[in-house]
This record gives sequence, C-alpha cells and structure tokens, in this order.
Amino acid sequence: MASPLLSVEDVTVSFDGFNALDGMSLRLEPTSVRVLIGPNGAGKSTLLDAIIGHVKPTKGKVIFKGEDITRVDEYKIVRKGICRKFQAPGILESLTVADNLALAARRHRECWRSFGTRPSPQARAQTERVLGLIGLEEKRNFLASQLSHGQKQWLEIGMVVASDAELLLLDEPAAGMSQDESTQTAALIQSLAERHSILVIDHDMTFVAQLAAPVSVMHMGRILKEGTLEEIRNDPQIAAVYLGRAKEVPHA
Amino acid sequence: MNKWLKLAFDAALLAVLALAPYYLSSYHLSLLGRFLAMAILSLGISITWGRAGILSLGQGVFWGLGAYVLAMHLKLAALAPGDMPDFMMWSGLDHLPAWWNVFRNPYVALAGVVLVPTVAAAAMAWLVFHRRVSGVYFALLTQALALVFSTLLISQQAYTGGFNGLTDFNTILGRAMIDPGFQRAIYWITLAALALAFGLCRWLLGTGFGKVLIAVRENESRVRFLGYSPAAYKTLAFALAGALSGVSGALYILHAGVISPAMVGVVPSIEMVIAVAVGGRSSLMGVVLGTLLVNFGKDTISSAMPELWQFVVGALFILVVTALPKGLVSLPGVALRLKSVVFKAAAPRALEDSKV
Repeated sequence: MASPLLSVEDVTVSFDGFNALDGMSLRLEPTSVRVLIGPNGAGKSTLLDAIIGHVKPTKGKVIFKGEDITRVDEYKIVRKGICRKFQAPGILESLTVADNLALAARRHRECWRSFGTRPSPQARAQTERVLGLIGLEEKRNFLASQLSHGQKQWLEIGMVVASDAELLLLDEPAAGMSQDESTQTAALIQSLAERHSILVIDHDMTFVAQLAAPVSVMHMGRILKEGTLEEIRNDPQIAAVYLGRAKEVPHA
Repeated sequence: MNKWLKLAFDAALLAVLALAPYYLSSYHLSLLGRFLAMAILSLGISITWGRAGILSLGQGVFWGLGAYVLAMHLKLAALAPGDMPDFMMWSGLDHLPAWWNVFRNPYVALAGVVLVPTVAAAAMAWLVFHRRVSGVYFALLTQALALVFSTLLISQQAYTGGFNGLTDFNTILGRAMIDPGFQRAIYWITLAALALAFGLCRWLLGTGFGKVLIAVRENESRVRFLGYSPAAYKTLAFALAGALSGVSGALYILHAGVISPAMVGVVPSIEMVIAVAVGGRSSLMGVVLGTLLVNFGKDTISSAMPELWQFVVGALFILVVTALPKGLVSLPGVALRLKSVVFKAAAPRALEDSKV
C-alpha cells in the first residue's frame, strides 16, 4: 500500500474524563473521497478538530505527509495543506465573494509578507478558477452576506479549495441545502477529488449515496465499520447502533 | 464617493490646514496643533478598533510614553551638563538615573518617542492575543493598564515629577521654544506628521494586511483556519497604533508645554476613543475630523462652563453609539437614504399599479 496522505493513529481525546475519541485510527489516500457517518456524539467533529489541531489528543498521533502534526499550531497545520469547512458557514460577511476567495488563496500568510496591495497572479488565477467551480462568477462583487444559505456553503467550500490544501475536511457541506443544491454539491465534491483528498462528514444518506465513496462509520469515538454504503446499510450491527439497540447485538 | 472627489477634498483640507498660521491667532494655532497631534493617535485607533475590532481603553499609556520620553529630553536639554531636574533634588535624589540620561541625546530621544511605546504595545498585545484574550476582556485589561500607569507616574515622584508631571521646557535642538517662528515650525511638523501617518494608514488598509484585519474582526477562527495567525496580525496592528500614539504624545507636548499623569490616565484614554467613535471609527478622514471637532468642542464648552463638558461628551457618545454607529461621516449617506424614503415613498405603489 502506498504511503497515506493522512494517518490518524490510535488517537484519544478526553474531555473531563469522557473520551470523545477513543483509540481512533483512520488512513486517507491522496485524491480520494471518504465519508464519515455516525450517530450524534460519535466523535466525528472531534476527529476533525484533532486533525486540524483545534483539540490536542491525550494519546496517539496524527501524521500528515509523513510528518507528525499532533502538537503543531492550528494555523501552521493549515499552511501544511489541510483546510476545514465548518458546520455553520464561516464566511466573512462584510467582504465580497471574490475577496473571501482571494483571502483564502493568498500564498503568503505570514504577517510580514502581507503588505502587497494586490494578490499574486497565481492567487488571482486560483480565485477565478474557484469562482467558476462553485458557480458564483456573477456574484463575485456581492457582499458574502447577500448570498443565499446554499451559496454561502458553496463559498466556504470554495475558500477551502482556494487555499490549495491537499486535504479538505468538510463538515456537513450540504446541510440546509435544497435537493438540487445538494446534488450539485455532491458532483462538486466528486470533481474536487481529482486534485484533493476529501473527508466528508454527513448525516443525510441521500447525499452520502450521491457521493458514491467509501464510508466509515464512527461510534463511541472509534471506527465501527468501513465499506461501501451498500455494505454498511446491510450490516445488522450498524442498524442496531443507529436504532439505539447496540447492546442486543453481540460485537463482532 | 468618487475617488477623485475624495482626493480633491483631502488636498483642499490639507491646504486649509497648512495655511492656518497665516489666519489663526497664536492661541488658536497652538490649540489646532495639539488637536492635529491627537488626530495621529486617532488614526491608530481607527486601525485597531475600526478595522480589527480591538478596543483599547488605555491608549493614553502609549501616548504618555511618547510624551514622557520627549519631555525627559526637553528637561535635560534645558539644564547645564551635570545638573539635575529640580524635582529630583527636592525628592532627595543625589544623581541622575541612567535611564533618564540616555534621552539627553536628541536622536536617542527621537527614536525613543517611537520605539518605547511601540515595544510596550507590541509586548502587551503579544502576551494577551497569544492567549486568545480579546473583546471586552482586552478592553478591561488596557483600562487597568492606564490606571496602573498614571498611578505609577504619580507615586514615583522622584523620577517622574509626580502629580505635576514635567513642564518648563524652553529649548529644543538649541532653539528657544517661545520664538513665534518655532511655534509655526512645530505646527507644520505636526501637520506633516499627520499627513504622513494618514497616507501610511490609507496605504496599509489597501494591502492584504488591511483585508486580514477586517477578516479577523469578522471571524477570527475562520481566519486562523485559513492559515493566518490572528495573534500576529493583531499584535502588529496594535504596535502600529502604539507608535502613532507615541508620536502623537510627543508632538502634543511641544504645543502644550506640559505632560502630567492626569493627561494619560483612564478618563483621557476614554475621551480618545469617544473622539474616534464620534467621527466614525472605520473612516480615516472621519476620525481626524471627529478628533478636531470633539477637542474644539471640549475647549469651547469647558472654558464657558467647566463642569458641563463631561455631560456633553457622555451624551454625545450615547447618541453616536445608538443613532449613528458609523459616526458623523455616515451622516451624508444617512441623510440621502432618509431623503429617498421621504420623497420616493409612493414609487413602489405606482409600479404595482402599472402591472395591474
């Protein structure tokens, strides 16, 4: 097996004695999509927090491109090539759509290198490319606050893409979207997999089915099962977890 | 507004101010000079508070550091070598402290005017922002700092001149300060410093740095998760405001001829913020005009009825915060909108009728 882009190794995250992640392990290959599902409180968002450095694991390691990033500062992890979209759209509402993307696309994020009046040609080209990708060219000079909810979600996905990260972490990218928008979002994510590795969290099974990607099921802070959506659906243990009857099913 | 119109307005204002020594009395010129010096500090608050959303209620500290550094130099410049300032002798000090003596050199003093407040502001900002303390907690911290600073100045009478502060400056760079030509020169230097600071701030806000500051105010964690370090950006912005404050304080005492703890404490620090809020904190021109307006208002009102000013400034602050949060510069825009509401109220109905 080729060396993975990201490898989460036996990570435990404790909050006051409660293990939100409990010996969690996960490997992601370059240019792939992986969907993470699981009941509320399974630790999905905590896993993203641990990867991006927002919470520090009490045990275990996060390895990105062969480098241990477990104790690295959040913004430095982002510069290494991991970018996250939050559950609630985290766009900058008082800036224009294009400025939001340009900010994400800037290559020089250190304070002392921020004094250029114009973004570099690469950053501008990147902004244009992403504007096309998320279909917001005509709204480029709109304030981000003027966008619809679905468009705001796309803009934030666009920002994550514009940052040119190799690994994109998308926390419920289709939340609150209409059926049409959700379908478009799935197609967008599939097209992004040509250049990026993407980890998606979602609840909506229709959306997950549209992604047509391998699924990992989380439960109680660790992976319960990995497989295609079909395999997952037909697994009695997982049905039990989702229906809250975990105790009746003997563990495999 | 049209870009050229804006530039023409800036240029016209600069010309009017540059010619002030020819049409203002010496008394009013000195006042205008002080207020222009204060406007330099306001530009700094516009960067930190207006853009990055960092409210400092202790800007008087950095202003005071710049002022005291220059005042120490001016005190020493008036003395014969080997002599000590009078208040030190009264307090029983037998020799001049070394940290006073370094500012005898005018170039060291000039550098100190900028560097001492900058380093102090940067150090404080880094310690606080690195620990992700922000918003109202930061405002309270800076307020406490202003209180500590003025208390320290009063209590260390032997080194700072205590409650009376430092005064009786009479020479700078070997020239007499009472000379009318000197007053004019100081006025123009102040105006030039303000114009320079204004240009610097305007340029800065157009750079990526300026964009990141707005983004930090808007959503600090999003900015962090785009790979920027908000603490670094905020620290640099605060250090810049510190530098501008120091220059402002130094220029101010050249006009006022005195610096004392009462000028750097909690109340003056809050007045600095109020002037910025009144003008419009996110507009550079707004904060300059707001500073001039509030300070002239203060001078006029307190010379007529000294106890009235505190009430007026309080009422003004409440009025601006509630009715005009973007300050007086937003008044033309608000007036236009109001006009369109009043005069075009019938228009939408007319359109509906035509569709029927």
